[in-house]
Amino acid sequence: MADDIFERVKKVVCAELDVQEGEVTESSNFIADLGADSLDVVELVMAFEEEFKIDIPDDEVTKLATVGDAVEYIKSKIA
Amino acid sequence: MSLQSKASGRVVITGIGAATPLGTGVDSYWPRLLAGESGIDTITLMSTEGYSSTVAGEVKDFNAEDWLERKEARRVDRFLAFAMAGARLAMADASFPDDPEIRLETGVMIGSGIGGLDTMTENTRRLHMEAPSKMSPFFVPYMIPDMASGLVSIHFGLKGPNSCVVTACATGTNAIGDAYHIVKRGDAVAMVTGGSEAPINPIGLGGFCAARAITTNNEAGSRASRPFDLNRDGFVLGEGAGILVIEDYDFAKARGAKIYAEIIGYGMAADAFHITMPDNAGDGAKRSMVKALQSAGIAPEQVDYINAHGTSTPYNDKFETLAIKRALGDHAYKIPVSSTKSMTGHLLGGAGAVEAIFSVLAIRDGMVPPTAHYETPDPECDLDYVPNKGRSHPVNIAMSNSFGFGGHNATLVLKKLLD
Repeated sequence: MADDIFERVKKVVCAELDVQEGEVTESSNFIADLGADSLDVVELVMAFEEEFKIDIPDDEVTKLATVGDAVEYIKSKIA
Repeated sequence: MSLQSKASGRVVITGIGAATPLGTGVDSYWPRLLAGESGIDTITLMSTEGYSSTVAGEVKDFNAEDWLERKEARRVDRFLAFAMAGARLAMADASFPDDPEIRLETGVMIGSGIGGLDTMTENTRRLHMEAPSKMSPFFVPYMIPDMASGLVSIHFGLKGPNSCVVTACATGTNAIGDAYHIVKRGDAVAMVTGGSEAPINPIGLGGFCAARAITTNNEAGSRASRPFDLNRDGFVLGEGAGILVIEDYDFAKARGAKIYAEIIGYGMAADAFHITMPDNAGDGAKRSMVKALQSAGIAPEQVDYINAHGTSTPYNDKFETLAIKRALGDHAYKIPVSSTKSMTGHLLGGAGAVEAIFSVLAIRDGMVPPTAHYETPDPECDLDYVPNKGRSHPVNIAMSNSFGFGGHNATLVLKKLLD
């Protein structure tokens, strides 16, 4: 289940940020490692919402700095 | 020492780049333009079911990824991708220096009549059909018309004056004219300038259909745009961008730049008449041309060619003809006057810019592009419109007109550099 979520998060990240799958690990920071800017992050979060059919409130977005953060957050929302 | 202190007060064109319905890059569109070929065809970018007009000049085989990195290419509005294509071509054509000191004093003035209409359409859909939270964070930056100037400045590190003109279909000409003034008065050593538009989408086509401004002669297909012809019935929507690099003359000479032509005059005047119709005596257009000639310090008899606004609407072509005769007197009958919109369609905010480029090429080659699809003379349009095929004709001085909804009239005067 967790691996499955990671794979789905990775696919969304690759599509939104135009990075290769090999560049995306649990510890990748969206901004520092994957070249996102603040607008990219907004769009990325919208794509997560779409992919996982969840709502991510703005005040929780700041907690999602890395791919791993996103995976953990999404796991908690859909558990 | 500031580069600006060296301003010569003369401004020259050193780079050109355009994405047009006849092709992207000079070698693709210029020969086709001289041959009288049409870039207009049945619309493919959208379904035209329910629209009264179904033809347009689309930029074919255009790939934003050729001009921008993939992530940005995928999300920018089409009008921004066109502007980047034009700017890359123009900057390369000018062999513009990498020197950051020079780029600090180089600005950008790229206009758009509307801005990111695809972006506007898609986000309006999301707002109404989904939720406010579904709007893209890129909606505002990619919708605002000034982002072409912003994006080009970012990609080329151009840190001088940065602005945007929005004067509907006069935009391209006003942008170049305003940029010309900036260089002339020494506020920048060079400017990247022009106009871009991408209006072929449901709200753009629907809006111009609703305004009854565009052709419904869809059976005519590629021949639907027929400026100055008796049977013209409205303009044909087009898309694309024209971008020019203009520079202070001394600066261009000092760096050994290739110089296409000099900008010697710029005129502007308003109709103060009606929101969409031109003045019924061609008054604003005439005063725009007269002011342009005065600012250039030349007599009407010195003009060798006019690239007309020539939209193919009944009113524009009739009143522009009248305005040209009022501005130039008998000389109007002695020179070629052509409308390249017969082949490109109407690029709205991009029109004046691509037409300035066509005028530059007419000066360079001594060849004037034709008015295509000209079949039946109109007694009220009685000038030499260069019917259907380009013509060998030496051009020392060219004039280019653009007029926009709102009653904006703008005219540029370009001159061959003789030395």
